[in-house]
Amino acid sequence: MRRFITRNAPGYTFLLPWLIGFFLLTLGPILASLYLSFTKYDMVSAPRWVGWDNYVYMFTRDRRFWKALHVTFSYVALAVPARLIMALAVAMILDKGLRSISLYRAIFYLPSLLGSSIAIAILWRQLFAKDGAVNAVLSFVGIDGPSWITDPNTSLYTLVVLAMWQFGSPMLIFLAGLRSIPKDLYEAAEIDGTPAWRQFTRITLPLLAPVIFFNLVLQTIDAFKTFSSVFIISHGNGAPADSLLFYTVYLFNEAFSFFRMGYASALAWVLLVIIAVFTGLAFLSSKYWVHYENERD
Amino acid sequence: MVGLTLRNTGKRYGALSIIQDLNLDVRDGEFLVLVGPSGCGKSTLLRMIAGLEDITDGTIAMDGRVVNDLPASKRELSMVFQSYALYPHMTVAKNLAFGLENMKVPRAEVERRVAEAARILQIEKLLDRKPRQLSGGQKQRVAIGRAIVREPKLFLFDEPLSNLDAELRVQMRAELASLYARLGTTMIYVTHDQVEAMTLASRIVVLRAGKIEQVGTPQELYTRPQNLFVAGFIGSPKINMIEARLTQGNDGLEATARGFRPFRIPALSTTDTAITVCVRPGSIALGTGAVQAEGTVRLVEYLGNETLLHVQLASGQILLVSGKEQGATKAGDTVTVGFELSDIHYFDSNGQRVEPLQHEGLLQ
Repeated sequence: MRRFITRNAPGYTFLLPWLIGFFLLTLGPILASLYLSFTKYDMVSAPRWVGWDNYVYMFTRDRRFWKALHVTFSYVALAVPARLIMALAVAMILDKGLRSISLYRAIFYLPSLLGSSIAIAILWRQLFAKDGAVNAVLSFVGIDGPSWITDPNTSLYTLVVLAMWQFGSPMLIFLAGLRSIPKDLYEAAEIDGTPAWRQFTRITLPLLAPVIFFNLVLQTIDAFKTFSSVFIISHGNGAPADSLLFYTVYLFNEAFSFFRMGYASALAWVLLVIIAVFTGLAFLSSKYWVHYENERD
Repeated sequence: MVGLTLRNTGKRYGALSIIQDLNLDVRDGEFLVLVGPSGCGKSTLLRMIAGLEDITDGTIAMDGRVVNDLPASKRELSMVFQSYALYPHMTVAKNLAFGLENMKVPRAEVERRVAEAARILQIEKLLDRKPRQLSGGQKQRVAIGRAIVREPKLFLFDEPLSNLDAELRVQMRAELASLYARLGTTMIYVTHDQVEAMTLASRIVVLRAGKIEQVGTPQELYTRPQNLFVAGFIGSPKINMIEARLTQGNDGLEATARGFRPFRIPALSTTDTAITVCVRPGSIALGTGAVQAEGTVRLVEYLGNETLLHVQLASGQILLVSGKEQGATKAGDTVTVGFELSDIHYFDSNGQRVEPLQHEGLLQ
């Protein structure tokens, strides 16, 4: 034991800042939130154990919980495919060998860097407002657009468009994936008289499947956790008419507007389980559609 | 089957010219090999014929019809790639059938052709495997199979054997030769390996820096190379090149080459006084010959059926000498090497072949 310590002490000393951060700021709060999810806790008086009450209430009586789930699932179902398709489309255009590709890559990545910033969310409000830029453009072609952001029927779509616009990081990964498909395969296909669409569906997509899978999992997790842009655009409470009541926004409100920390912790754990289930499903499905080059049989 | 005509064909990338002003006729049903060092443009030329590269100058015609703007898929040809270019996510059977499905060939016909190709190439047992489960030689067979099933008028091969090990390469070379004998389809084959070229070709095209150096049968290239480049490129071990100066003596042309005793040569179809005399290693013998030189053996390479000697002359030049009966020679021995006038290839100061007007005796 002593030898173990003397031998490894320098290493652990260097690891110490990270270890402290991990235990104090990550693992600690995670475990604490698990405990709190079984309590009633308003941050003033001490937590009071209530057993499964928070979870029972959530699933049986909390209609806003179900609304938040509905909004979030709708968003994930729309935003993830939209962003992936956009990312793949742009990656394929860049892969065709544009000049100054690195410049375009940087430009296209920019929205992803800015995307989650408060400024962009505020900009988005302006763009899709009744008198915003989008309607100004539409008015040229004679369309009198609604107030996209404040209309509960359209508000979610403005966020889907925002998600699409932030296609940068999956695009870069797609681009790397496309680059790794040997050019010979397309040339062989060309000589074989394979139409472009069939080349895409029969060669590009199958060979890109591992990358698509990776992006799908990452973007799905990301989409479930979308917060700051929605928070700004929905005035912090899911407005209009709870149409932007994302799960994270609801959770935040429960925790920091109503100080129902116990209940918010329970919400957080349910979200974790949801994300885990979706990721697990993706992995289970992957063996039917993801082909790995170096797979062993 | 198809004949191919290239007229003033060229390929430029901006200012960079890869192929220049190339004229070539590929005969119907012949096995034409394009050979040359790396960067000579042979693969580019093949890809231009395939339709994978634009033709920037001149024309390429198939059976008299200019195909410059015809897409690759309409040229009725198959191509075998160096990398095999097998679709990694498809089984061997699917790889073979993929092109036919594009052509909307009926299902029964697809199955018949796949089975036939698999039988010819002996890959019937591999049909359900994925490419990653195949060895290099098996992948190569599948790649060739994919070319066969389309029943093309023209086969193109882009260095198909260069990823195989030496033994397999010899085996596949023989199989390609028998495949050609069986199908009789026009084949154009790119390689940098002159042995492959010599063994497979009906005719060989030697390319250098985008230009044709010589076109001919393997025998023609070996026995009558038209210039120094072809002489040096075709034949293994490599031909010996000896620089010589000519002086007009009273009774004929006398050649002096460093390290050699002066020798008389027949009148040549050139007035150059600086020429190159080339002799194949197999034409040089120890102790005999009309033209002789003294040298020291630096290296003995025993190859089984023959022995290759590296003999250094007084001039410092190394001559390669190959023969069967040199087993007793050791490194360090002093030897006399010699060859006959009839074995000499003459090249003028521009490296072009010149012919002796008649053979004459040795100046003593």
